[in-house]
Amino acid sequence: MIGRTFLLRHPSVMVFIALLALFTVGATVLSEGFGIGLISTSFVKTLGKTLCLCLIAIAMDLVWGYCGILSLGHFAFFGLGGYMIGMWLMYERTKSIVVEQLDAAPLPPTPEEVREAIGSQIFGVVGGSDIPAIWMFADSLIIQLALVVLVPGLLALVFGWLAFRSRVTGVYLSILTQAMTLALSLYLFQNDSGLRGNNGLSGLQNIPGAERISQDIVSIWFLWASALALGAGYLFAAWMVSGKFGNVVRGIRDDEARVRFLGYNVEAYKLVVFTVTAVIAGIAGALYYPQAGIINPAEIAPIASIYLAVWVAIGGRGRLYGAVIGAALVSLVSTWFTSGQAPDIPLGFYTIEWVDWWLVLLGFGFVLVTLFAPQGLGGLVDALVRNRQTVAVPPAAAVKPVEKASEAT
Amino acid sequence: MSSLLEVAGVSVTFDGFRAINDLSFEIGAAELRAIIGPNGAGKTTFMDIVTGKTRPDEGRVDYGEPPRSLLRMSESEIARAGIGRKFQRPTVFEQQSVRDNLMMALRNDRAPFGVMFWRAGEADVDKVGELAEEIGLADELDRMAGELAHGQKQWLEIGMLLAQDPKLLLVDEPAAGMTLGEREHTTDLLKRAAETRAVVVVEHDMEFVRRLECKVTVLHEGSVLAEGSLDHVTANQDVIDVYLGR
Ligand SMILES: Nc1ncnc2c1ncn2[C@@H]1O[C@H](COP(=O)(O)OP(=O)(O)O)[C@@H](O)[C@H]1O
Ligand SMILES: [Mg+2]
Repeated sequence: MIGRTFLLRHPSVMVFIALLALFTVGATVLSEGFGIGLISTSFVKTLGKTLCLCLIAIAMDLVWGYCGILSLGHFAFFGLGGYMIGMWLMYERTKSIVVEQLDAAPLPPTPEEVREAIGSQIFGVVGGSDIPAIWMFADSLIIQLALVVLVPGLLALVFGWLAFRSRVTGVYLSILTQAMTLALSLYLFQNDSGLRGNNGLSGLQNIPGAERISQDIVSIWFLWASALALGAGYLFAAWMVSGKFGNVVRGIRDDEARVRFLGYNVEAYKLVVFTVTAVIAGIAGALYYPQAGIINPAEIAPIASIYLAVWVAIGGRGRLYGAVIGAALVSLVSTWFTSGQAPDIPLGFYTIEWVDWWLVLLGFGFVLVTLFAPQGLGGLVDALVRNRQTVAVPPAAAVKPVEKASEAT
Repeated sequence: MSSLLEVAGVSVTFDGFRAINDLSFEIGAAELRAIIGPNGAGKTTFMDIVTGKTRPDEGRVDYGEPPRSLLRMSESEIARAGIGRKFQRPTVFEQQSVRDNLMMALRNDRAPFGVMFWRAGEADVDKVGELAEEIGLADELDRMAGELAHGQKQWLEIGMLLAQDPKLLLVDEPAAGMTLGEREHTTDLLKRAAETRAVVVVEHDMEFVRRLECKVTVLHEGSVLAEGSLDHVTANQDVIDVYLGR
């Protein structure tokens, strides 16, 4: 599917994969689990989570930067992916604890007793002890993994089908996606949603069957898995937009009526892009939350999806590495400011506390990028590469038609 | 003569204003036809109806052999059935190369997954080369369409139409903003295209229409005022009054 010629034609993809591999090896060498212990396990987790955010940023770039659909609901798919894997993690972990406790009793426990004990362990906090029907497959890793893909995918398919079929576009579509993620988060906040209301799912960092293995090691596993997913996602996205499919999708962004009159079913294309990116978001979420350790409905509040759009805008939409740069930079800086690591600035009459003022700074940065680098930070990278090429390449070679990098729209 | 497109008794109202009023129109399978008429006569709206962009309030639009109604088909279905359209303002994909513009228009599988796995074969590359030659853009294949001169964009759009290999071509004011030389080239292109398919050209410029040497339909206030050779319609008193006399 992705051949050697594809990589040769798209050097930026190879550069990205190489940098990602370098980063992963570097982080491993510096880690506590496998290396010299220069970076803490919690920072390894931050890095791993950042890779997942880069992956959902790629999805956002595909749907918005390439296809022109400003979805402000993709974090709903991210959260659903997290919930689906979280159900298995929490269920199996609780089960092993429960079985251990019951084994101490004189009589071996019946399966009903085990189920009841799991139910009251997990759902006691929302005043229940019955295991809801949606947890039917929670003991099967295979099925929950399938649901990581299927649940976001199906929601996107149905939502997209309804929205695109009625030709909802532009700001109306953005509002509709906000409504979707808001509705989902409000629903999950309810105690009887079956997913523990505002408590969400917790203890997700403990991997069933690997309880004895230290988090120093597990964090590195997840870092690798996240890097692998990001690399595969990047390759897939680059492949998808490199051929005629990418041209049609960019055509839809620039002039969808014209694409229609060429005989392409614009709604079908939008639906494919919307659904595929929802699935990518779900996978990213399924890798993120085991590293975060906890997921609750606040994670899919409407604002989360708006931040996602801001990352991609700052990074530069319509170029995949732009999305990655934006997501990595803004989310890491945001962690630094909001976790209280940034020193507060005392002004005498007032103290700037970054936990509150970070958003102002982000908004300011967003305005600056919009004004002075409308192509985003990725656009600056483009300009840099172009400059060096015009200096380095002798004129005779420059005249020859060079294979154009189709990411560089 | 059996007709390729038959429009009968079609009317369209925009907010109470009748833009098309009981319009009837027919064209054969390999025919060149010019439509003229003052601004606001409904020429563009007529194309909107045939291509599915605007739905008429009443009337029939039948196309093909055996005739099928276009009124229930979507824009993309109509395009796939063989009706190509050139817009009044040149609309090409400015951020893509001339080659990519033509490739996208080339008659091939249009379904999303088919397109995702599609890669240009030798036949496709040759076809694009031929088309580029025909529209005079053979040296510009790697340029961004947005960098082309106005007239070149018009040709690129005509090239994209030809790439679709349509049975019916609707061309809205192709010569607008072109120099004399460019106009002649455009006339040749259209005449050649009409040898194997039906071509409808909307145009303001009388000299351009004269060079097309074809039957002319005069539109006025949404219906047909006169039809026939250019000399015939320009001699018609009604036509002189509403259009030429101004
Ligand atoms: N979508 C629309 N809404 C309202 N009025 C329209 C619309 N499209 C066209 N019209 C009106 O219909 C009439 C015919 O327009 P048009 O077909 O563009 O004329 P032409 O192409 O012959 O100059 C004009 O008076 C125009 O203002
Ligand atoms: Mg017009």
